[in-house]
Amino acid sequence: MDDLYRDYILEHYRRPHNFGVLDNPTASYEGANPLCGDRITMMLGISDGVVREVAFTGRGCAISQASASLLTDEIKGKTVEEVERMTPDQLLDLIGIEISPARLKCALLSLDTVAHALADEAAAHESGTHESGTHESGTHEEAAGPQG
Amino acid sequence: MTEITPRATAAELPAAGEPAAAEVVPVRLDPYRLRTDFPILATTNRLGKPLVYLDSAATSLKPLAVIEAVDGYNRDYSSNIHRGIYEIAERATVAYEAARTSIARLINAPEPAEIVFVRNATEAINLVAYSWGRRNIGRGDSIVLTEMEHHANLVPWQILVQEKDGDLEFIPITDDGKLRLEVYEALLHLKPKLVAFTHISNMLGTINPVKKLTEMAHAAGALVLVDGAQAVPHVPVDVQEIGADFYVFSGHKMLGPTGSGALWARRELLEAMPPFMAGGDMIREVHLRRSDFNEIPYKFEAGTPDIAAEIGLGAAAEYLMGLGMDAVRAHEQELARYALETLRREVPEIELYGPEAAARGGVVAFNLPGIHPHDVAQILDRAGICVRAGHHCTMPLHERFDLAATARASFNVYTIPEEIDALAVGLREVARIFSR
Repeated sequence: MDDLYRDYILEHYRRPHNFGVLDNPTASYEGANPLCGDRITMMLGISDGVVREVAFTGRGCAISQASASLLTDEIKGKTVEEVERMTPDQLLDLIGIEISPARLKCALLSLDTVAHALADEAAAHESGTHESGTHESGTHEEAAGPQG
Repeated sequence: MTEITPRATAAELPAAGEPAAAEVVPVRLDPYRLRTDFPILATTNRLGKPLVYLDSAATSLKPLAVIEAVDGYNRDYSSNIHRGIYEIAERATVAYEAARTSIARLINAPEPAEIVFVRNATEAINLVAYSWGRRNIGRGDSIVLTEMEHHANLVPWQILVQEKDGDLEFIPITDDGKLRLEVYEALLHLKPKLVAFTHISNMLGTINPVKKLTEMAHAAGALVLVDGAQAVPHVPVDVQEIGADFYVFSGHKMLGPTGSGALWARRELLEAMPPFMAGGDMIREVHLRRSDFNEIPYKFEAGTPDIAAEIGLGAAAEYLMGLGMDAVRAHEQELARYALETLRREVPEIELYGPEAAARGGVVAFNLPGIHPHDVAQILDRAGICVRAGHHCTMPLHERFDLAATARASFNVYTIPEEIDALAVGLREVARIFSR
């Protein structure tokens, strides 16, 4: 049995959960590791400060894609605040295999992409340019704080 | 197993220094014997697997002769060059200049003074771009490159033409990784000031027709820079026969230490070029408001260089000349042929990139369908097999083939066919893991 390529990792790679596009995401971001060619677009549907829907598309190594699949399962139904508080270590626990330093970027691309999507959404919200007016929760406003 | 057939005919082999009566036998390289020159090949990985090093295009392993040359300097005569009036300093100067002479012999430069020591091929190209380029490239001038350049032979020229308002043009490549000479011919009508191309592609392995490319450039009035980083360790290089104006290479890919490398350029070009970096050793006389620069090559070697590394590079050049570059090429061409054949047979689904073995160096880039090269490399690592995965500093080339990344196996004098067999077994294991 290979330490890294456990059955459930390969299963998430081959049949990723939440793989696809959202018609009207309230937040989305395309993240990439140019050095490896990993690419992930995260789409979130947020209302009342809660991540109601999540989907992703992308291509890349098994670690990056399985990580995105596991992460999308994890954050669905969580509040934006909870998602923002998620740490790399929590994601690594979720992935559940030992990741070598050279592969950390692959493993963490999904979380990094979600963080960027939320930050962009918060910034857009703050500046009033956001097209959707349905998620004006206090939680959300607070999250926009550090964006300046 | 494979038979190593030398490319050189007996008539082409160097006879100098051999006993007159010696029968002329083709020089053959015995990779099994010379592997004992490389201490790292006796090591094992964390799982006890022997090292199968198939990433020589990234950097080569180092033989004892090089390790000992570096160590000898540090232990026995560590001192600065071109200054000290005492025994070990004179010894260091002699060793450093002897390395320059060895490098000149390896590439058949007309004189050692035309060899400028640099850290690597990247620094050599930057030196030419800043020194020659800034003086000779102006508004509207064009530089012709190829689609298969390493970023080192692309980005310095991008910076130069952006600063000077010049243009870059690119020779496109065919699907089997060869330059399209008819397009090159057309590009030369633009009267470029410089044509810069790689001798051997670090991803496709393509050996470019450097002499012909150079002749065509010269006929159009352009100077020529050849990136020889992947060539000097692997094929006979004769800068006078090629006829190029600048030829650059790294030491660490040719069995030498990291931090060593060389720029060769014609004397009159070097003499006309302004210094790239200024400081000690590159001057003849310094006054408070002006200085006279030293003669070549010292004009381009400001400050204390990596003396140990360049001495090690000299040892590497001697080691390669001892093997005979025709024998090295024959060995690696046979390995390329064996690799293409073995991988196609043992891993039928493999996608291979680049030309046929006769036109390629010891480089094989590949993909397994649906499996990212990082995953391929990670699983191979468990078996002690080192391959490169990524874009190998050739992003535009990967775009040309619509590839996000590739895996790459690359060979050197110490590579043996059994290691290619091990790669094939490893790739079958990768495919098995991903199909379960």
